Amino acid sequence: MTDSRMALRAEALESLLIEKGLVDADRIEETIAFYNERVGPMNGAQVVARAWQDAAFKGRLLDDGTAAIQEFGFSGGQVDKLVVLENTPDTHNVVVCTLCSCYPWAVLGLPPRWYKDPAYRSRVVREPRAVLQEFGTTIPENTTVQVWDSSAEIRYMVLPAMPLSWTGQSHEVLASKVSRDSMIGVQVLLD
Amino acid sequence: MDGIHDLGGKHGFGSVNPQSDEPVFHARWEARVFAMNLQLGGNLDRSRHAIERIDPISYLADTYYGRWLGGLETRLVEEDVLSQSEISDRAQMLGAGLNDRVAARPKPSQTRRPDHQSSAPAMATAERTLETLPRFQLGDRVRTHNVSVEGHTRMPAYVRGCVGEVTGVHGGWVFPDRHANGHDDSAEYLYTVRFTAEMLWGSEGEDNVELSIDLFEPYLNSVDADD
Repeated sequence: MTDSRMALRAEALESLLIEKGLVDADRIEETIAFYNERVGPMNGAQVVARAWQDAAFKGRLLDDGTAAIQEFGFSGGQVDKLVVLENTPDTHNVVVCTLCSCYPWAVLGLPPRWYKDPAYRSRVVREPRAVLQEFGTTIPENTTVQVWDSSAEIRYMVLPAMPLSWTGQSHEVLASKVSRDSMIGVQVLLD
Repeated sequence: MDGIHDLGGKHGFGSVNPQSDEPVFHARWEARVFAMNLQLGGNLDRSRHAIERIDPISYLADTYYGRWLGGLETRLVEEDVLSQSEISDRAQMLGAGLNDRVAARPKPSQTRRPDHQSSAPAMATAERTLETLPRFQLGDRVRTHNVSVEGHTRMPAYVRGCVGEVTGVHGGWVFPDRHANGHDDSAEYLYTVRFTAEMLWGSEGEDNVELSIDLFEPYLNSVDADD
């Protein structure tokens, strides 16, 4: 269906719901602004940078992700329970939702289109190494690729490994280098 | 249900196509559909099931927020908030052609019309405390049931009848298979179960790959140690 026809359907629904007092036009705008500006992978990047610099925080993050991100004021938004998965030399984690498009909004914002499209959802559970290759990511044969299918209300975020050469850099610099894709697990951070 | 939404392991969808510098929303209507859904709230499991019942052609063609729009239309009609003709008439008044599709095309379903109380805003969390003890513990081997559920379920078909290991016990959570039908928000224990690629895909599986997935207790049966 073309975009303009979809836009008409959406407009029809919105105008009816506003007339019935079931949605509020100002709140619609507020919600859109919030998700455009305030929620996004920059939130998750703060969490990752802190975990790299603060071993005690990293311990809390891996133990109870939901509580740990509340230290940043990040909560709600599709995250009833957050589980953070640490990438190590032994295990590379990658996240998907094959049944819909569950994603940890509070830390990563709304998912990119490829995460919601059929190609990624169908293939990454069956051939994750091949899919990661398409993102330019090669995982060594002796590292286990652990795929996480978010099929219930638990949300998953990957804690990527920090390149050794980044040691000693400031929190702000580190956070600026943490990509969204590394926190989904389709990318490995490189020097 | 064995619908088009249950995509895990399906062949034929080609390569993944990431877009650089992608905006949060690709069009204004996507943002409005997203915000309307959030503001209306309600039963998330019922919303997911409404999306799953969109006919397969539209499910693939409408993209993500188009599916949200279709799911929302279905829910509002089924919950007697709006009528199908109200939506059609308004879309045509706004310029939709007489032959345009002006609303979702849901497939027939076993879903019952929900009680109106289910339209209340969703609980903040789906986590619940259960009085009973969990049937499975960390390290237990379990086999997933081999049932093609006609209604809503959160066990994808690709793990059906497979043996895996319990690696997480997460307490009680509202059971989506019941909740999607309306008002029953009773809970079941939720587990993370880990499978080898060989178990899921046989010799087609890639080397040194495992899959972890969250499954509710009713989906699982115990496996004897010598099975």
